[in-house]
Amino acid sequence: MDQLVKIGNDMVLLWNNYSGMYLNGIKSTLLLALIATAIGCVIGFVCGILNTIPCSKNDPLPKRFLLKLVRAVVRIYVEVFRGTPMVLQAVFIYYGLPYFSGNTLRFSNMWAAAILVVSVNTGAYMAESVRGGIISIDPGQTEGAKALGMTHVQTMTRVILPQALRNIMPQIGNNFIINVKDTSVMFIIGFTEFFSAHRYITGINNLYFPSAAIEMAGYLIMTLSASLLLRWVEKRMDGSDSYELVQADQLTMAAGTYSHPNHGSPYDEHHKEHTTGGC
Amino acid sequence: MNEPILQIHHLSKSFGRHQVLQDIDFSVNKGDVISIIGASGSGKSTLLRCINILEVPSSGQILHHGKDVAQHGSKTAAYRSKVGMVFQSFNLFSHMTVLQNCMVGQIQVLKRTKAEAQKHAMYYMEKVGMAPYINARPRQLSGGQKQRVAIARALAMDPEVLLFDEPTSALDPEMVGEVLSVMQDLAQEGMTMLVVTHEMAFARDVSNRVVFMHNGIICEEGSPTELFSHPQKQETKEFLARFRRS
Repeated sequence: MDQLVKIGNDMVLLWNNYSGMYLNGIKSTLLLALIATAIGCVIGFVCGILNTIPCSKNDPLPKRFLLKLVRAVVRIYVEVFRGTPMVLQAVFIYYGLPYFSGNTLRFSNMWAAAILVVSVNTGAYMAESVRGGIISIDPGQTEGAKALGMTHVQTMTRVILPQALRNIMPQIGNNFIINVKDTSVMFIIGFTEFFSAHRYITGINNLYFPSAAIEMAGYLIMTLSASLLLRWVEKRMDGSDSYELVQADQLTMAAGTYSHPNHGSPYDEHHKEHTTGGC
Repeated sequence: MNEPILQIHHLSKSFGRHQVLQDIDFSVNKGDVISIIGASGSGKSTLLRCINILEVPSSGQILHHGKDVAQHGSKTAAYRSKVGMVFQSFNLFSHMTVLQNCMVGQIQVLKRTKAEAQKHAMYYMEKVGMAPYINARPRQLSGGQKQRVAIARALAMDPEVLLFDEPTSALDPEMVGEVLSVMQDLAQEGMTMLVVTHEMAFARDVSNRVVFMHNGIICEEGSPTELFSHPQKQETKEFLARFRRS
């Protein structure tokens, strides 16, 4: 019991002294995760689409060659960035750029470096998610669109991608939550976010456990609200579960209505009204 | 009545070594209602899919008003917009409402304005008796309702020919009637239709020409009376006998 009171007091103490630093950290973490996830999604969609362009034996040779080349590049990108730790990628890119350009090119802005690393990393994961999202759509949807005379681009943008996007929403949420947590490794290149606030504050006063408790709560609040928000977005994308009947002129009999299964049956409300009214 | 919309010459299709269609020859005139019948695996559906270039024919020609469209190319999309197709599995766009399903093709392909497309879509929704359901999504409808929407979606493009690929095969028996009656109305209004079907009553009563396919070739072709009452070929007789018994 005493310990609980003690840690409570310590946490209040930390918060009173350093709340600005924690809150700034939260702001940076959220902003970085949000921007990088968004850019990562765009990269993922571009890669996923490039990977699913149909290629048949009848296509001209240059087109086939170009498609093969693009797919190989995408594949290498995905494998390299999915297969190495993000901490290392951060170091690699942050120090690699000035190294190779003889110090003429360097990251003047920590944000640019962090956003680049995290979004390129997210993009590698998203590329596979988007590819999966596209191939999970029933081929009948493509045929339906093609039969209406839509081109490949129209079919993709109007029919396939909206449905693929809906299917990969859970994946996008996953990536966002992973990014909220994993941006903490950006301290390696000196980017200050929520976790680096902890490193700085505990460096001053050695209150490791109380500060970690604040961090835990902070990260949980961020990820839980992200989860809730995503659920809500997904629900909105699904549309309403019910629909309203649009009652046109009830006396008009259009072709086909006379054989409607409900017509004249006990479930036919209008019909019933008229007949019972007569008795 | 005699202006040919589609002429099919020596059409063949094979998947690998398996030859599904062999030297198919026939033409579709304006106002024709042609039923294509035959056992499963006889190539009926493949023929229909070839006509819409959903399968690229291995050889032969498909002439649309005299122009060959058989090879997949830049003109395919424009050609398909004039040849409507109704699928066995409906293939309605599941992320759109019923009304949007009937509008998207008009807006994207025919470049109609939203208002025009909506007016046109509503006209056909009423025709198939689905006007009250325009705000529903495909997953909320019964099979018969979905198929009627699919027919309206194809009609809204003002096609010259409508292709039906077993439109009632995926439906519960009590829903077959509502779809067939819509198709019958269309036929009576002079719509040119090509129907792959197992509904022999429809083939006999509604169509003006019946094509019997067997093992990838057109085995016999003629008016419903000729084909159903006086079949010439042994294969046709055997096929029809199976339906008489039941």
